[in-house]
Amino acid sequence: MNLRDDLKLIAGWISPGTHVLDLGCGDGALLAHLRDAGNCRGYGVDIDDGHVLECIRASVNVIQADLESGLRMFRDDMFDVVVLSQTLQAMHNTEGILREMVRVGKQGIVSFPNFGHWKHLISLAGGHMPVSPQMPYQWYDTPNVHLCTPKDFEILAGRLGFAITRRALLADGQPVDWAPNLRATVAVYRFEGR
Amino acid sequence: MPGATEPDRQACRVFVFWESMSTPGSVGIVAPQTMRFEAPLALSSGASLASYELVYETYGELNAARSNAVLVCHALNASHHVAGIHEGQERNPGWWDNMVGPGKPVDTSRFFVIGVNNPGSCFGSTGPMSIDPASGRRYGSRFPVVTVEDWVNVQARLADALGIERFAAVMGGSLGGMQALSWTLQYPQRIAHCVAIATTPKLTAQNIAFNDVARTAIQNDPDFHGGDYYEHGVKPRRGLGVARMIGHITYLSGADMAEKFGRLLRHKDYGYSFGIEFEVESYLRYQGDKFADYFDANTYLLITRALDYFDPARTHGGNLVRALAKAEAKFFLASFSTDWRFAPARSREIVEALVANGRDVIYAEVDAPHGHDAFLMDDPRYHRAVAAYFDRIAREVGA
Repeated sequence: MNLRDDLKLIAGWISPGTHVLDLGCGDGALLAHLRDAGNCRGYGVDIDDGHVLECIRASVNVIQADLESGLRMFRDDMFDVVVLSQTLQAMHNTEGILREMVRVGKQGIVSFPNFGHWKHLISLAGGHMPVSPQMPYQWYDTPNVHLCTPKDFEILAGRLGFAITRRALLADGQPVDWAPNLRATVAVYRFEGR
Repeated sequence: MPGATEPDRQACRVFVFWESMSTPGSVGIVAPQTMRFEAPLALSSGASLASYELVYETYGELNAARSNAVLVCHALNASHHVAGIHEGQERNPGWWDNMVGPGKPVDTSRFFVIGVNNPGSCFGSTGPMSIDPASGRRYGSRFPVVTVEDWVNVQARLADALGIERFAAVMGGSLGGMQALSWTLQYPQRIAHCVAIATTPKLTAQNIAFNDVARTAIQNDPDFHGGDYYEHGVKPRRGLGVARMIGHITYLSGADMAEKFGRLLRHKDYGYSFGIEFEVESYLRYQGDKFADYFDANTYLLITRALDYFDPARTHGGNLVRALAKAEAKFFLASFSTDWRFAPARSREIVEALVANGRDVIYAEVDAPHGHDAFLMDDPRYHRAVAAYFDRIAREVGA
């Protein structure tokens, strides 16, 4: 299966046999991959009818629900890992979902587009909101309401009392070492509640 | 076609008939079968049925491995007639004809589908209208109270007789969903997949209250005669009609009723009377009358009581997680956003308990305007999800 770059990286962070909750699981690609390649069990959550259908077709456990109303359906520490990939920026209740992730899981993993990417800055300098492969929306039709940079996320994580246990800043699927805040298109973090 | 005038309804039925005959999606003409059971059936109540008959229908072919059988459980007012049409009754396709048939979500070219009429019902299986062999009279008020668990036991006996050790799926909506759920607890090894639509792990107080109003209407009808009205040659039609009216209100959503009827009047202006003036009144009376024609009042009491009693967590201190721990099946659940009789929150309780037990579960919450009745309607998103799930079942069981 051809996984999106950030999902490939996230899959590499999840050890075999792990119990996974994938929030905003889309077509279920990550869960199907973890099941087939890593003998992991788990559930996806998604609100979109089309995504739910794709999950059914992939025999992935999926629960159709709105993440904004929280994860009440899940009990404390029920999962080893809770993944929120490319969804954080579209959440209204950002802090709420992050707190819920560390409540129901021992570890949380998030990925999100880096708003501070240099091309975005050039767009802004030219007088336009950035439109990029990671954020392919016009300002008037974007679902993204809470865009941030890696540093911004780290500040929030600190304020929520999370310990960040792993970080990757990617461009074209590869880690970026030099000037990552400007050159990374996607940020991925793993964290634990304290 | 609730809300249609009678000529429209006729046209609609003819259309359904025409459609079912002319498209490849119908199982065509089907005939019910009857199986007699002589071994007594012990019931939850402690009573027993000495012998009984079950009426059932089957569609499709049982494969050589006997792995492709699907049991469809009916709800309050339905029967074994799930799909297709009966000879000479073209206007009455099976109650889930849009779901079951060749090329339909439950594809009868792959699955062997069984519809069975539960005991206590009034569509052929042994019920209050049947003759009690002990007395030679109709059971009437003496027909024992039956539960969802009793029905599941009966269905398992039918499966034995048909040579089906394990169902690929047991499926149902509403009360039918309760039976599907109960299968996973009573016969965990005999069901691979539980497909439970618009259902609940137990009725709420509000739900029991609606059932009580319906039963009270029947019991207070002077023609009820304590349940032995057959001997008086009458039928508590008025009570049964009112029971159906209140039931029907709760199966529709408020928005659905507002859209279908609004405040439409049958005549130009108010009549300043207590007759039938609003279209919604006309519709409900029609539904009540029609129901009183074909349904039995004792059956209504029995089936609503079975609904009230269903509560698999009851024997586990009210803990649904513990109650569902013995389930081994994989689950597909769906609910409908405007269903307030069996609300999405009730389905979510089941999902929550299944997740807590680490069971495989898929849950679709369909945004649909038709209230509880949505589970019987054509909704492409709902039907696509069920079709995809049965496609997966077919792959797993080699159907």
